[in-house]
Amino acid sequence: MLFGKRGRRVAGMLLGTMLLGGVLAGCGGGDKAKSDEIKVGANFEMTGNVANYGNATFEGLQLAIDEANAAGGINGKKITLVKADSKSEASEAANAATKLISDDKVSVLVGPATTGSVLAEVRIATDAKVPIIAPCATSPKVTVENGKVQPYVFRSCFIDPQQGDVMAAFAKDNLKAKTAVVYVDSSSDYSKSLGQVFKEKFEAAGGKVLMEEAFLQKDQDFKATLTKLMTANADVMFVPAYYEEVGKIVKQAREIGFTKPIIGTDGWDDPKVADIAGKDALNNTYFSTHYSDKDESVKPFIDAFQKKYNKAPNVFAALGYDAGKMLIDAIKRAGGVDSEKITKALAETKDLKVGTGILSMDANHNPIKQAVILENKDGDRVMVAKIMPK
Amino acid sequence: MDFGSHLIQQLINGISLGSVYALIALGYTMVYGIIKLINFAHGDIYMVGAYVGFFAITVAHMGIFPALIVSMVVTGLLGMVVERLAYKPLRHAPRISVLITAIGVSFFLEYGSMYFVSPTPRTFPRVFETEGLTIAGFTVNGQQLLIFAITLVLMVLLTYIVQYTKIGKAMRAVSFDTETAQLMGIDANRVISVTFGIGSALAAAGGVLVGVYYNSIDPLMGIMPGLKAFVAAVLGGIGIIPGAMAGGLILGIIEALVSGFISSTFRDAAAFAILILVLLFKPSGLFGKNTQEKV
Repeated sequence: MLFGKRGRRVAGMLLGTMLLGGVLAGCGGGDKAKSDEIKVGANFEMTGNVANYGNATFEGLQLAIDEANAAGGINGKKITLVKADSKSEASEAANAATKLISDDKVSVLVGPATTGSVLAEVRIATDAKVPIIAPCATSPKVTVENGKVQPYVFRSCFIDPQQGDVMAAFAKDNLKAKTAVVYVDSSSDYSKSLGQVFKEKFEAAGGKVLMEEAFLQKDQDFKATLTKLMTANADVMFVPAYYEEVGKIVKQAREIGFTKPIIGTDGWDDPKVADIAGKDALNNTYFSTHYSDKDESVKPFIDAFQKKYNKAPNVFAALGYDAGKMLIDAIKRAGGVDSEKITKALAETKDLKVGTGILSMDANHNPIKQAVILENKDGDRVMVAKIMPK
Repeated sequence: MDFGSHLIQQLINGISLGSVYALIALGYTMVYGIIKLINFAHGDIYMVGAYVGFFAITVAHMGIFPALIVSMVVTGLLGMVVERLAYKPLRHAPRISVLITAIGVSFFLEYGSMYFVSPTPRTFPRVFETEGLTIAGFTVNGQQLLIFAITLVLMVLLTYIVQYTKIGKAMRAVSFDTETAQLMGIDANRVISVTFGIGSALAAAGGVLVGVYYNSIDPLMGIMPGLKAFVAAVLGGIGIIPGAMAGGLILGIIEALVSGFISSTFRDAAAFAILILVLLFKPSGLFGKNTQEKV
């Protein structure tokens, strides 16, 4: 969700001491960081229209870093987060990354949250050979450009196609659906690519997609198209979209008498869906997301977050926390602040326990990480499956 | 579902959507009829109406009908204030100046509301029974019936006001020829002000009904319906009241039928293509008669 349209990047860069002085292009004079700290640039949307994504991700990251520092830091060195505001704009994200790399001499960048902003800083970080961890940019093109892996870009969340894959398998195996209809937001790349992956995977598994329709962001009325989709009489409807439209679609589908399951992706993961659709309409709907707050293994993170911020974390905060965990682990294994060594360590991340599960990095710098499937049931969310890709 | 019942179901969907377009289109057409201004802020007036209704229901705990009336009154007054402050000083300025001012008012309302009520969508509480009514296999829900009924009542009321009251007669006179009307002792400024008030009140009713029907409102909700309603007004013949009613319904039905029988991706394209065709063959709109205009 967030991931499609807006990726966020956390530019946390750690520029540690300057052990690597020469490595960073263009580092000027010698006032490097003190040798007992590791600098991480946190480049996030602190203001602007996706500020709520950026701030939540930063809070998760901050929590992971604070925990590591409280535990004595890494080899006796504390991690310092250097914040920069990308103002929810790609050009500002690039400026902030430049500042973090050349003025603050960070060793690694974390953020921003949205895909567009992460893409804007890739060139800068790659030229300076500073790794980026994107906590929640789910578009595949963040780490792989024209078939080539971006050597310095990593992410700590799964990518869009994985969700289409997971939901196709879920529809086929768990819901026993033989036929499906797909209803996508044609103004969003996120939605369109998920619709396509779902169709391929569902048909490869022997199912049949009977009808594909589209709407536009900000549409109010979906009944005409839903009435048409209903005539296909399919076993399931797949709606990979953002929460506002999802809420309206589910509500209107139930009003015209569509009682079959409606399934979706992490764009559904917002309490507004229930507000708009109503909890009765939301029964018999399922969506994939990054974690379940009912999952025992996620509880330590939720409790720690609750304690520090006095509120429940959302999915962005959880992904920011995972990015922090991944970063700390990589710095530990790299044994210092050398950006090249951290990059190498990030690529070798394996079976790492993070806040929302266990993660290993694949050859394309995308983590192999479980997705969970939640069912909306009488206003509550119940975890029905935890699916590891492949 | 067989073809026939699918068709009827789509007509029901189209009429409820079209009723809302018609309510907004009436405001466009009345204002255009009287001062030849395309009031681009009208869609945002509709949004403000939805918010006033929302707060009347959630904060003041009113029922749907009192909230509807409060929203119409408050928004009607807002329409008059906008006219007084933004358009009246430009009465003798070139039309393009007024048009640009209207766009400015539109942004002011959109982003002003975003500041005051936050950009997060609000959800309307359930104030009206949503139970679907199934008549001979077709589903019409309570909210759709509410929209038909209120739209119908408001249209009858408007027709009565315009045709049979003194102010209505004055509106028609000013629309026909402002200067002559003034020579006959009609206070044109007051008539224009009332026209804005009535047009805005109708948009507010549309806003509240949409809030109840779709259950979600936000500060930018007026942009697309405003544009569609403008198209509806032009389709029916801008400046002509029955034209706006018919134009709104036709547009709503076209959208529903295209989504239902062709493809949802062609929905907007088809609606606008039909507008172009109508204008090619009848440039003054479906109900347009030469140059004569009525409020």
